[in-house]
Amino acid sequence: MESTNDAMVSETASPPDRTGVPSLLMVRPVMHRVAASLKRAGGWAKGLAVGGFQAGGGTAAGKATGNPWFISAFVLVMFLLAWHFFTLRPTFDPTGLTEEQLQLMEFNGDIVRMPDGAYAWNPEKEKVKGIPGPLAVVEKARTELAEAFVIKGTNDHGIGYLVLYTVSRFAAGFLAASVIAILLGVILGLNKVLFRAANPFIQILKPISPLAWMPLLLYTVKDPKWTAMLVVFMAAVWPTLATTAFGVSSLKKEYLHVASIVQLSWFKRLYKVILPGAAPTIVNGLRISFGSALVAVVPAEMLLGELGVGYLSWIEWNNLDIAGVIFAILVVGVVGVVLDSGFNKLAGLVTYQE
Amino acid sequence: MAFLQIDHVSKFFPNPSGAGEVCIFKDATIKIDKGEFVTVIGHSGCGKSTLLNIIAGLETPSEGGVILNGREASGPGLDRMVVFQNFALMPWMTVFENIALAVRSAYPDWTAAQVSAHVTRYIALVGLKGAENKRPAALSGGMKQRVGLARAFSIEPKVLLLDEPFAQIDALTRGVIQEELIQMWNTSRNTVFMVTHDVDEAILLSDRILLMTNGPEARIAEMVNVSIARPRSRETIIDHPRYYKIRNHIIHFLVRHAKHGGHDSASEHRPDSADPVVVNFEEETVAAG
Repeated sequence: MESTNDAMVSETASPPDRTGVPSLLMVRPVMHRVAASLKRAGGWAKGLAVGGFQAGGGTAAGKATGNPWFISAFVLVMFLLAWHFFTLRPTFDPTGLTEEQLQLMEFNGDIVRMPDGAYAWNPEKEKVKGIPGPLAVVEKARTELAEAFVIKGTNDHGIGYLVLYTVSRFAAGFLAASVIAILLGVILGLNKVLFRAANPFIQILKPISPLAWMPLLLYTVKDPKWTAMLVVFMAAVWPTLATTAFGVSSLKKEYLHVASIVQLSWFKRLYKVILPGAAPTIVNGLRISFGSALVAVVPAEMLLGELGVGYLSWIEWNNLDIAGVIFAILVVGVVGVVLDSGFNKLAGLVTYQE
Repeated sequence: MAFLQIDHVSKFFPNPSGAGEVCIFKDATIKIDKGEFVTVIGHSGCGKSTLLNIIAGLETPSEGGVILNGREASGPGLDRMVVFQNFALMPWMTVFENIALAVRSAYPDWTAAQVSAHVTRYIALVGLKGAENKRPAALSGGMKQRVGLARAFSIEPKVLLLDEPFAQIDALTRGVIQEELIQMWNTSRNTVFMVTHDVDEAILLSDRILLMTNGPEARIAEMVNVSIARPRSRETIIDHPRYYKIRNHIIHFLVRHAKHGGHDSASEHRPDSADPVVVNFEEETVAAG
């Protein structure tokens, strides 16, 4: 990702006469990397053999050596090549067509006359014929990223802003849900009677799709901004609540015994013993919440028309810009990966070994 | 009045198969003097750990009560520290933090430097110098229980409650830690109440050994005075003339109760009295009271 970004920055600064080439240029760093990892793996054959061995799951007694990145890069390259060739469309061939037919086609907008006098398929119509190839998507990404922080109109904000809106909307809903779910979960986890009293409600509310709440939320709060956040909240609150209650209730009794023998205050007991003790379970719940909140935020933006990456995917569909739709999907994926890796770093801090 | 008195304590649990209650043990009455080391031996399920938890205040007795230093001790407190069978060290804290958690609570007025010095002293006392910043997962069972002992001794409790403290430690290490326990106890002289399965351990460590019949309705049937002079060590104690007499007596008791369960107790003891039969092994004579 980094190298691609670097390539883009350098490309945007490059003179305009190279605009037709950048998509090819951008592939080059990736190819370099693949070549390097090939060299490291000691050539195609050895690399493939190692790759095949690893893909087998290491069932043999031998040690699993080799670079998994090589396999990933190989799969990526194969996928991109396949994508490219299967979506490749033939250039316009005027042989066998009369001048009259050509003029009719031009009139219909199927073809355009190029400055050199030859005919070519109309690029505007090409956009919606079949699936766009990787080069078209890269080109789309390049133009979008070049204007990442440009606001062209009320509903036409740069991709950087859209990501920012989605992440902040997601963060607000997720954090609020986590705080409330953990506090409630601790209370339920410490009190078996309350836990059993609340459990039927949790069990009924948990499987409801957060999007199902949306009309009711929209009707109640009367504001799509808050509704989107509340949808994220609804998606994130139940898994954390249920697992926190479970984690706290299954905390080893001895830890609580020690806490009560050394007479910890309820607050110290909470943040020195209960929360760190249940932290691994709570983090598992947060991870489930995190995933479902991330899944919920995209359709919430689509349905509510709130600016964000989910909205981008829908608006590009309305524009019939399939390359844009694919680009939006990729952005959603990248945002998810970045948030998830940040979350994993956080989770690593609080887990412990028994 | 004894320093620690367990007064006619009974415990009932709700019957798992339905209505009514099951009596775990009945009318446990124990008087322990200050600085005494008293051990309870009995088969699994006789409620000896429950009895220890009642003294610790972690469980409530169904009948009776615990009196410490003239006051009823209800609920857990820093004056009765437990050493747990499974160590009960917080796995997310280092060795230092585990002990410091207890020390800070016991001496809330101390500065951080005082706490640190105190904790370091007790870590050194159990021979864990250098392991201060390790987490329990990185320690062996023996080392974990050394931390448990350091934590218990560090808050200088009036009563030390040892709940099968060496049961999960391998036999070789067990002996070493038992002697470390003796040394620490020699200087601190806390009152100790221990629960164990291990007859040799009980004889090595205790002043008196209480023998419990099997549950349900277990009772403290006998009290054996360990009349072997201190200091004791594992090597020399087995050569003592009374060692095997005491040991055989206890093992006979345990085997007898393993065969018949707890139901032959009525034939041996006066059912109206909660006081156990006192067994002495003084001057080569056996005097059953």
